[in-house]
Amino acid sequence: MKRNAIRKLPGVLAALFATGTLTAAAQGWEPTKSVEFVVPAGTGGGADQMARLIQGIVTKHNLMKQPMVVVNKGGGAGAEGFMDMKGSKGDPHKIIITLSNLFTTPLAQGTPFSWKDLTPVKMMALDQFVFWVNSAAPYKTAKEYTDAAKAAGPGKFKMGGTGAKQEDQIITVAVEKITGAKFTYIPYKGGGEVATQLVGKHVDSTVNNPIEAVEQWRAGNLRPLCVFDDKPMIYKTKVTATMAWSDIPTCKSQGMDVDYQMLRGIFMAPGVSKEQTGYYVGVLKKVMDTQEWKDFMEKGAFSQTTMQGDEYTAWVAKEEKRHEGLMAEAGFLAKK
Amino acid sequence: MAEIQALFHGFSVAFTPFNLALMMAGILMGVLIGVLPGLGGANGVAILLPLTFAMANQPGGATSAIILLSCIYWGALFGGAITSILFNIPGEPWSVATTFDGYPMAQQGRAGEALTAAFTSSFVGAFIAVLMITFLAPLVAKFALRFGPREYFAVYLLTFCSFIGMTKSPPSKTLAAMMLGFALAAVGQDSMTGALRMTFDQVVLFKGFDFLIAVIGLFGIGEILITLEEGLAFKGMQGKINMKVVMQTWKQLPKYWKTSIRSSVIGCWMGITPGGATPASFMGYGVAKRMSPNGANFGKGEMEGVVAPETAAHAAGTSALLPMLTLGIPGSPTAAVLLGGLLIWGLQPGPLLFQEKPDFVWGLIASMYLGNIAGLIVVLTTVPLFAAVLRIPFSIVAPVILVICAIGAYTVHNSMFDVWMMLVFGVVGYVFKKLDYPLAPLVLAIVLGDRAEESFRQALLGSGGNLATFFDNALVGSITALALAMLFWGPIKLVFSRLTGR
Repeated sequence: MKRNAIRKLPGVLAALFATGTLTAAAQGWEPTKSVEFVVPAGTGGGADQMARLIQGIVTKHNLMKQPMVVVNKGGGAGAEGFMDMKGSKGDPHKIIITLSNLFTTPLAQGTPFSWKDLTPVKMMALDQFVFWVNSAAPYKTAKEYTDAAKAAGPGKFKMGGTGAKQEDQIITVAVEKITGAKFTYIPYKGGGEVATQLVGKHVDSTVNNPIEAVEQWRAGNLRPLCVFDDKPMIYKTKVTATMAWSDIPTCKSQGMDVDYQMLRGIFMAPGVSKEQTGYYVGVLKKVMDTQEWKDFMEKGAFSQTTMQGDEYTAWVAKEEKRHEGLMAEAGFLAKK
Repeated sequence: MAEIQALFHGFSVAFTPFNLALMMAGILMGVLIGVLPGLGGANGVAILLPLTFAMANQPGGATSAIILLSCIYWGALFGGAITSILFNIPGEPWSVATTFDGYPMAQQGRAGEALTAAFTSSFVGAFIAVLMITFLAPLVAKFALRFGPREYFAVYLLTFCSFIGMTKSPPSKTLAAMMLGFALAAVGQDSMTGALRMTFDQVVLFKGFDFLIAVIGLFGIGEILITLEEGLAFKGMQGKINMKVVMQTWKQLPKYWKTSIRSSVIGCWMGITPGGATPASFMGYGVAKRMSPNGANFGKGEMEGVVAPETAAHAAGTSALLPMLTLGIPGSPTAAVLLGGLLIWGLQPGPLLFQEKPDFVWGLIASMYLGNIAGLIVVLTTVPLFAAVLRIPFSIVAPVILVICAIGAYTVHNSMFDVWMMLVFGVVGYVFKKLDYPLAPLVLAIVLGDRAEESFRQALLGSGGNLATFFDNALVGSITALALAMLFWGPIKLVFSRLTGR
């Protein structure tokens, strides 16, 4: 048997590397060895799912001649992955997918890196945030809920979220600033766990991403109050018997002007050439044209905003400024 | 009996030649992955995930894909026991408890018996867990919802408390080893505040100490150092090697039915809540030692000490798939990767999955029955083969083990620093053994320390710092009370025997 198992191994390896045939391209840069796709977060989260989807699409449609390998480097809220990229100056065989920790981690921890240490490649999508309560709770609108929280007094209502001093807590503080309600914020490791804690009534509300909470919504366990965007989501297919994503009102329309989306973007190491970023932009464009990608976007109700080049760089710069402002207001900045 | 009907429909989905072939291939790969320390089931499944992407697009393909991946998972659960028993090197963290009695058995020339007992108990644990999933899934999923931070902490507390007094060493040494483990588990990010602690601005310390590295070093390298000192020889090479040993062991196993049932219950519970296979195996061992009439012989090569952790680990590993399917919460790292796979194949785990995708769910459950039977046959036929490894001279095997350990440590995070850390842990393991400090509490604390801390602080955040929250309702109150009873078991027993003695 052992011999059998060992004999199987080369077969597996061959299949793994089957994508890498050695027909050299006539023009432009192409990877000459396997590409490491760094995920600055643990397995199973939103960034990890998207990275593995991209890897799967690339493999299935033969979009790259070299294999793509997903590597999780989530230590220190992603600092591990970002520091690794920063240290890989000029290495074109490494790309990284980011979430908001691209901004929040250096600001909250004082880790010595910023997005300027990376080379922006392409924005893949923006992830939305929705205000959720348990469907057994009496609150039908965001205002009803925040008024009740305010009336109950500080610390009586619990808000569950992913991570500390990251996007979920930033939104919580922004909601508190506008409404005057004071929540007890309880950080958890992952979005799925947060949604389940709300179903089990261990917290009173969450700001889960759509994909983290959609199944519990469909099962009638959760109720969306509003979406933290200035316009409603575009997906009109009914998710529950009565509602589609597009039926969820904006928080702004409910008198709560909080607008926040999370970047799902791809970056490369510093000091790579235009040709090299161009190659990845091309591959990622092909990824986004596939049906699998479009299905995933709809299922997770992503905002399909996409950018590359200077426009993307300018967007990232603006977003960093905004996070600095939000986090300074919340008192989350690292003491220098 | 709608479940029976659904299950038979599931068998018709799973029982195709193609799926059976995938099952065998998955089990074989899984066993191989389980044998190599470091290359855990999670890594193995993650590597093969993209391959299944194309597979899932054919009709019924998602079922085939998850059959392949889950069989790798079963295989890894089976395989983890092999190196624990033969070399005292756990291939997977949930096999640590198996070393306590499995390795002494191998040293006494009973490696074949130990392997047979381990594989058979694994099968029993898994089988009971699958039965539970088949008939109690909706009920159990609801029960899991009742677990918030304070309930989790109570469960972790119970695991730790059932450990004190479990090893041969005095409780003070167990406590010291456990505290060192807590300190190591605290390195890295403080998940409650987002701040970094004890990292000294070293990027390599940001992610903290991975327990896999610690396990490989403490047990693997530590064991080699000890053997080097003791004169380069394996004990137990004279063991009998033939298929008869399987039958002989099976004759003895029914004696331990009470232990099997206890461990299965612990395993199912830990898999669902989700504590995972590692705490389940430790708790299974600890409870068996307390309850069994042979408890005093545990750690000296008692077969029951192999049965208990293996049954619990496999029951937990199997039932961990239930919260993944119904809640989208992975009960183990491997389940987390499988969860990612489901999403990529276009299946959204959640409360509605059982109703909306019955083909997939029941196909998977049917494959759990078939996969575990296939797995048992595969691993049992290899018992003589693995037992024969002990006949190879140490001077040949030791370098091979060393290289495999180093590769394993490197693969965990693709980091050379981890290989150095493994060597440091190896020296720590050697010193611990020389001074007669137990290693297992250290490992347990590294595995569960940060999770316990997180739940504790989440619970206190919610209660406004009031410790009474751990006795707030019947569920959490009884788990906490049980934990405290376990902690003070020694003194309680002493008082009790004195009272009854007079």
